Amino acid sequence: MALTREQVLHIAELARLGITEEETALFAEQLSDILEYAEILNRLDTDAIPPTAQAIPMHDVIRTDQVEASLTPEEILANAPDRQGNYFKVKPILE
Amino acid sequence: MELHQLTIHQAQQALRDKTVSSVELTRAVLARIEKVDPSVKAYLRITPEKALQSAEEADRRRSQGKDLPLLGIPLATKDVLAIRGVETTCGSRILKGFVPPYDATAIAKLRCAGAVFLGMTNMDEFAMGSSTENSGYFVTHNPWNFSHVPGGSSGGSAAAVAADECLGALGSDTGGSVRQPAALCGVAGLKPTYGRVSRYGLVAFASSLDQIGPLGKDVTDCTILLQAIAGHDPKDSTSANVPVPNYLEALQPDVSGMRLGVPKEYFVEGMQPEVEQAVHDALEVWKKLGAEIVEISMPHTEYALPVYYLIATAEASANLARYDSVKYGYTYPDAQDIWDAYRKTRQEGFGAEVKRRIMLGTYALSAGYYDAYYLKAQKVRTLIKQDFDRAYEQCDALIVPTTPTTAFRIGEKIDDPLQMYLSDIFTLSLNLAGLCGISIPCGLADGLPIGVQVLGDAYEEATILRVAYAYEQATDWHLREPGI
Repeated sequence: MALTREQVLHIAELARLGITEEETALFAEQLSDILEYAEILNRLDTDAIPPTAQAIPMHDVIRTDQVEASLTPEEILANAPDRQGNYFKVKPILE
Repeated sequence: MELHQLTIHQAQQALRDKTVSSVELTRAVLARIEKVDPSVKAYLRITPEKALQSAEEADRRRSQGKDLPLLGIPLATKDVLAIRGVETTCGSRILKGFVPPYDATAIAKLRCAGAVFLGMTNMDEFAMGSSTENSGYFVTHNPWNFSHVPGGSSGGSAAAVAADECLGALGSDTGGSVRQPAALCGVAGLKPTYGRVSRYGLVAFASSLDQIGPLGKDVTDCTILLQAIAGHDPKDSTSANVPVPNYLEALQPDVSGMRLGVPKEYFVEGMQPEVEQAVHDALEVWKKLGAEIVEISMPHTEYALPVYYLIATAEASANLARYDSVKYGYTYPDAQDIWDAYRKTRQEGFGAEVKRRIMLGTYALSAGYYDAYYLKAQKVRTLIKQDFDRAYEQCDALIVPTTPTTAFRIGEKIDDPLQMYLSDIFTLSLNLAGLCGISIPCGLADGLPIGVQVLGDAYEEATILRVAYAYEQATDWHLREPGI
């Protein structure tokens, strides 16, 4: 199936990803090609097949709730693009 | 033989015999990097001062009677693993300047074993690619022919091992990213069973598929590295709480009585004839060594490619949501509000392939398409896993080619994503099934290396290492050098 320009823009918005006009056209074409290739999966009847999310499943992995040394706020904030005191500083969310 | 040409096991012996010091060895490898890396461009960054400091420390400890498996051995790591205090970017502009405050568990384990770190190797951005051309920084060249790609995504690690710019290296393998570049650069590369090696500190691409693996000049070196990094880690809830055997004991040049399966679906139309021939020749070697070759069928092999690209991109679209301009990495400087910051930071920070995969994965997970694409892919994943389960009821290991062709030319496939994806058709299934495999050199065509894979069942690394080792001992492909 071919993706429309509107669909590509909608996906980009869901992914919070800015794309140029040029990329919109390119992705519409390339993603359509890849999705068309994926159509071969429809040759298989999978109604009775359970899905696999992880090939080697593990369940309820728990560990002892033990206090251990952790990173300091300074170490964690060292990579922050912007900070105020011991907080990450973000752009306005609501005007 | 020059010092930079040593394998890890040869260097171990030389260090123990005190015929060489770690400082001498590290200096020799750094000199080699200085000489050939301007042409190969395997490293994104080297850390010579830290390396020499660790080498001095290793020599001091050895003089005090300390002996550890990797004490004083200079290694490289793909830019995907966090090293405390060393910039780690995952080949992406969006992580430029990111300095992890902690070590990945695999790195910590190598450190505990005494390793010396030389630096970070180049890769496709976020490990998404098959040629290392998707690096956010520059292209790496195949040491056997500079106009060809080294493969990917661990292309820098494979090229560094092939060009003797390190004694061994770590990579990561989500759909073949250790095995494919190993094959194209003529070195050995191992993808362990999912959960065998902790992923803590590995920058996430597709969490149900990612696994860290070693690249080495031979099977023994891969084994030594696997031994050092394998094991359960409380910091990774998906790491397996399964005992780690002594893998070095498995290295016996004997496969008599073993059953090696050859699935017919791995010999496809369009495959380079020399590659097919080299794999058939390799089968003859195993046969002569006493193995029984069994023809089998894995009927869902052709579906692995679409299944992989739907599942891996879906997981990636979720994992890469963390690059939000707030906590670390690049931030678009003039954003009006948080939404603008998200869009523009990600627009400028991510390269074309990463954007394409985020888009594809977001679509596969979006309302109205989830069942048709993501759920469908997960169901076919079950069928692919069942193919392997059936194969291992009859066989001890499987023998398949690593890639359909030798290394392609730089630029040849970069504008056609689907053609690029097709270069991974022989490696993807293994990740979907969560099992282990190793690629080893088995020939040359027009001066470019060919690889063959030995695949094994869950936690059967010892089995595949033995099969690979037996082949290696009977042949000399692993001793060939690119001559640079």
